[in-house]
Amino acid sequence: MQFKAMILDNAEVSPGYWRMRMTAPPEMTAARPGQFVMVRVNPSIDPLIRRPFGVFDTGILQPAYTGAAPQPYLEILYRVVGKGTAMLSGLHETDLLDILGPLGTGFDNGPAAEEKLIVGGGVGLAPLYLLAKELVNDSPVRLFAGGRTKDDLLCITEFERLGVECYTATEDGSLGEQGLVTKVLESRLETTSNKGRIFACGPHGMLKAVAAIGTARHVPCQVSLEGYMACGMGACLGCVCQGTGHSAETPDYRCVCTEGPVFDAAQLKWEVA
Amino acid sequence: MKPDMSVTIASLTLRNPVMTASGTFGYGEEFKEYVDLETIGAFVTKGLSLKPRAGNPTPRIVETPGGMLNAIGLQNVGIDAFIKKKVPFLRSVNTPAIANFFGYTPEEYAELAARLDGIPEVAALEVNISCPNVKQGGIVFGTDPAAAASVTAACRAATKKPLIVKLSPNVTDIVEMARACEGAGADALSVINTLTGMAIDLERRKPVLANITGGLSGPAIKPVALRMVWQVAKAVKVPVIGIGGIMSATDALEFILAGATAVQVGTASFVNPGAAQEIAQGMEQWLAERGIADVRSLIGALQE
Repeated sequence: MQFKAMILDNAEVSPGYWRMRMTAPPEMTAARPGQFVMVRVNPSIDPLIRRPFGVFDTGILQPAYTGAAPQPYLEILYRVVGKGTAMLSGLHETDLLDILGPLGTGFDNGPAAEEKLIVGGGVGLAPLYLLAKELVNDSPVRLFAGGRTKDDLLCITEFERLGVECYTATEDGSLGEQGLVTKVLESRLETTSNKGRIFACGPHGMLKAVAAIGTARHVPCQVSLEGYMACGMGACLGCVCQGTGHSAETPDYRCVCTEGPVFDAAQLKWEVA
Repeated sequence: MKPDMSVTIASLTLRNPVMTASGTFGYGEEFKEYVDLETIGAFVTKGLSLKPRAGNPTPRIVETPGGMLNAIGLQNVGIDAFIKKKVPFLRSVNTPAIANFFGYTPEEYAELAARLDGIPEVAALEVNISCPNVKQGGIVFGTDPAAAASVTAACRAATKKPLIVKLSPNVTDIVEMARACEGAGADALSVINTLTGMAIDLERRKPVLANITGGLSGPAIKPVALRMVWQVAKAVKVPVIGIGGIMSATDALEFILAGATAVQVGTASFVNPGAAQEIAQGMEQWLAERGIADVRSLIGALQE
């Protein structure tokens, strides 16, 4: 689906991290956690290519006055890393954006009442909030959020409001445990004798470590990957990742955009960078 | 009055001059939600090879000002999977599908041309000659007129379908390449493929693409493409298909004026999946607004 979205709110939630709410067609509220949108930052040719963002949240705003229609909305959470995201952060309420989505696969929630372990690194938390919102309906949910400093830990209060038990870790110790979030995840799995199901999104190094934990402890693990993509619909083949069977002789490239971005961690080859 | 937008490439009549460029439109089906395929002239498949190809390691693409570099490495499903999995969709669409393909020896090219010739759903063949000739020590077919002619002749002998040769801009004299391919039996020429370029990550002191270099596409290359289409169209008798940074109907019409009979929309489909359809409609509207009855009257109509 392609649509014009009007920005309702665009605010810096932590240094360098922004949260944007925009109008969306009603279909957008059916987006699965883990799906993403391709945003055209502006109609000119620089930047040219759309930017992919995980769906942070969707919902319906109740009308401010009687007689007005309820307004479905879409939210993204993004970090300013380059020209496109810098321009995005400069946009204001009522500015328009051209959006494609929802695209890609979503997370598989797994059975009810099972412990759900959500692991997010930095802006990797973006697609995990919508997931947590769904999972809390039928399962105990724990969030493991990691970052370099406390500024990289985003929207923890929002997760807490959902009733999610939050664990945090920072590399500099400025918030939560000092060190990597994967250590905190491991100690939880140690306590519960490896019960539950892992959902992770974040930097490649973190995902690789989480996938290894899942494999070693026989805990099902899904990861949401990032990929440098031009189209988002399986045509440019820019964003591919390698499946377990991949070798030069037996290529097993998968499109992050259409076969992912959510993958069963056991289906991917992690040895490569 | 509705202008006549139809154009002819060899024995192939297109309802309008707008095609999609190879490698930017999958095998057609990927875009069906965004483009009514029956509103465009033709669509060109991702480049096919005899065996499936894995393509290059990532990063494979990077954005540059007004364009993008890609080094996908010709990843494709191979001819067998194409026939089994992709051809049924082509059958369901009333728009010519053009199969783009490549090989590493003239014999491989000929074998592919012969196999594609046998598929009724394939309306025409587009030869990508930008591959290294493994037999002759890696010399690129697309940059050597004699090698390009040998590939064209080999394909010509293997198919009766319209044969389009897609030229590389990474040559000293594209006119010489165009003449060589025309002389060897090409029915039309696609001008141009991507321009070789590179991007550097200063802080890491590394090339951005795993392949180091890649092909530049997008609006950044349009002036170069226009110049080459203009040069080639003046030098050959066969139709020229203009390609390079077309983002709008007016871009496309500039190529027609420069001498192109048809155009291909590439990178624009990534930015806006409905681009090809919008460009076809926009061209028709442009003609209608000016009372121009026939798009063919604009081909090469540049006033110099």
